[in-house]
Amino acid sequence: MKRIYSVLVENRAGVLCKVAGLFWRRCFNIESLAVGETDDPQVSNMVIVSSGDRRTLEQIEKQLNKKLDVIKVKTFDERESINRELMLMKVRFNKSNRKDIMEICEIMGASIVDMSRNVLMIQMCDTPERVRLFLDVMKGQSIVEISRTGTLALTKCAEAKA
Amino acid sequence: MNGADAIVKSLQKEGVEYIFGYPGVAISPFFNSILGTDIRTILVRQEQNAAHEASGYARISGKVGVAVVTSGPGATNLITGIATAFADSVPLVCITGQVDSSILGSDGFQEADISGACESFVKYSYIVRSAADIPRIIKEAFHIASTGRKGPVLIDVPQDVQMKTISRFEYPDEVNLRTYKPTVEGHAVQIRRVMSELQKAERPLLCAGGGVHLAGASAEVRTFAEKYGIPVVTTMMGLGTIPTRHPLFYGMVGNNGTPCGNRAMQEADMVLMVGARVADRSIRQPELVMGDKVLVHIDVDPAEIGKNAGPTVPLVGDIASIFREFNRRELELNFDEWNDRLKTYREQAVANRKAAADRERGDHVDPAAFVRQLSMAMAPDAVYVADVGQNQLWSCQNVVMREGRFLTSGGMGTMGYAVPAALGARLAAPDRQVVAVCGDGAFQMTMMELAVLQQYGISVKIVVLRNNVLGLVRQHQHYAYKDRFSGVDLGTLPDLEKLSQAYDIPYMRIETAGETEDRIKAFLAEDKTMLLEVLIDPEETV
Repeated sequence: MKRIYSVLVENRAGVLCKVAGLFWRRCFNIESLAVGETDDPQVSNMVIVSSGDRRTLEQIEKQLNKKLDVIKVKTFDERESINRELMLMKVRFNKSNRKDIMEICEIMGASIVDMSRNVLMIQMCDTPERVRLFLDVMKGQSIVEISRTGTLALTKCAEAKA
Repeated sequence: MNGADAIVKSLQKEGVEYIFGYPGVAISPFFNSILGTDIRTILVRQEQNAAHEASGYARISGKVGVAVVTSGPGATNLITGIATAFADSVPLVCITGQVDSSILGSDGFQEADISGACESFVKYSYIVRSAADIPRIIKEAFHIASTGRKGPVLIDVPQDVQMKTISRFEYPDEVNLRTYKPTVEGHAVQIRRVMSELQKAERPLLCAGGGVHLAGASAEVRTFAEKYGIPVVTTMMGLGTIPTRHPLFYGMVGNNGTPCGNRAMQEADMVLMVGARVADRSIRQPELVMGDKVLVHIDVDPAEIGKNAGPTVPLVGDIASIFREFNRRELELNFDEWNDRLKTYREQAVANRKAAADRERGDHVDPAAFVRQLSMAMAPDAVYVADVGQNQLWSCQNVVMREGRFLTSGGMGTMGYAVPAALGARLAAPDRQVVAVCGDGAFQMTMMELAVLQQYGISVKIVVLRNNVLGLVRQHQHYAYKDRFSGVDLGTLPDLEKLSQAYDIPYMRIETAGETEDRIKAFLAEDKTMLLEVLIDPEETV
């Protein structure tokens, strides 16, 4: 079972380490992690995607709540939220494959954000599944390097209580 | 006033009587400031013992124990003591000196990332960056350590922060932590559910863990059991919740527990787990044991509930407050039949034990019988501190508890805990008898603290069960490795009589079973530190 944890934490030095350390120490899985400041500069939001059986997922929530730097833990299913990942990718191109790459980008809704004479930089922002799919499709091309965020997620507006 | 003065003044505001510690350059401003105050410094002989002594003090006084050591090796030596306290939820505040802020992070002399190293063994940790934060941080640290599920808090203070002048000292009246609000009152609906389950139950059993002592709730739990005639068992950490010879007490559960206690657990149709973790040492296969019963799990830490066994009724809150609430209810309940059944198991167990005691041991002392005799001869409110190893198991299975306390390192199983913890316990209760029972392996891990006992005139009775081997490991190798004994022979040194002389401590020895009673009497007669060596056959198993 997959589960998303949206964790509001005190924006202090060492907090990321404490939360990540908790997962490592208790043998919990981290599939992805994304951290950023919220509208309140004293508060950060960590979005953690994890998986495990029901008891593990419950323990993750309880252990997170026990951490003194954790203000609030929200946990939800990926169907209950809007989820996004961002990927930047550099790809080498030449005359023969430039069109192919541009077509793939167009089909997948990725955009080209930078280029040189033989390298393109592509930005792909979409659901985690579609980012993965894009990466799979691009594997036929000569990828130079990739930079990717973890999943960002917010519960859908209709279900939002807060 | 500087930062170090602010630390000392904050400790005074918290009512600290003793600090257990060891100085060094990085903590020297603190040791300078504490001089001449009403807080007494106990100079330990190795930093691990500072945490154990603070732990013994905390468990008996009900207050927070304080350990103060220097940076680097001083701090890292403390870790085992901190981890031991964490595993048993003992409230400590540990203050470590740290190198100057300007070299912090550059691998300076005696620099260690102690807050990083301790992260998984502390309830919370601070690195103090500004001296002005000291009063707030110490106020918070004492609050965090002593509320909710108790535990150690670490405060790491760079030397320059201790020396920094602060313009004014204001100790906060209140703690304001938005992320920390432990539940105290049990939920009314859940309390009603427990009561209605109890009315349906035929064979309820209350299993008390160490959390009952931590909450200071033994009286409330005992009242509850007596009011409704509910049988009681305990974990090792819960020993002493009710007296051993109380008609409702049926023994200890777990793989080292008594046959009667474990049978009660198996046959109960409802179990109230109170302040117990349902950890592997108590309940090895929780799903199997609990599968067919109504499980009520009462704990101050919500994360413990459902961690090892899924309860029917979870109930989070302070145990004392919850049981006061239980005791206000009036229910017509009768569990006589169930108690009668358990009584026959208990009688059977006593008969079996007598038969086992009668087996051939020649002149050798029977360690189980020794523990019973010793605990019966001790003052009714005495503190019995067991170390780790065979001595711990002989102790917990045979100690006769009355109104005293039983302390041991239950969660971490830290050898060498008994002598320093007993020292701390005695400081917390100078009028109570305190007896430390160790094996010869465990004793040698912390015997340097004999100097501390003598230097400060702290009276602790020390029993060393001597078999010249690491008995529990040897026993494991006997059963699991077909007598391939590896790394368990301690040789025949030290000569404990000479060692006692070196520390100017009176010494006694028991060599044969016949002399046990008289020697115990003589050993306990006077209120002064004494060492009693008891020779045990190395073949003896628990």
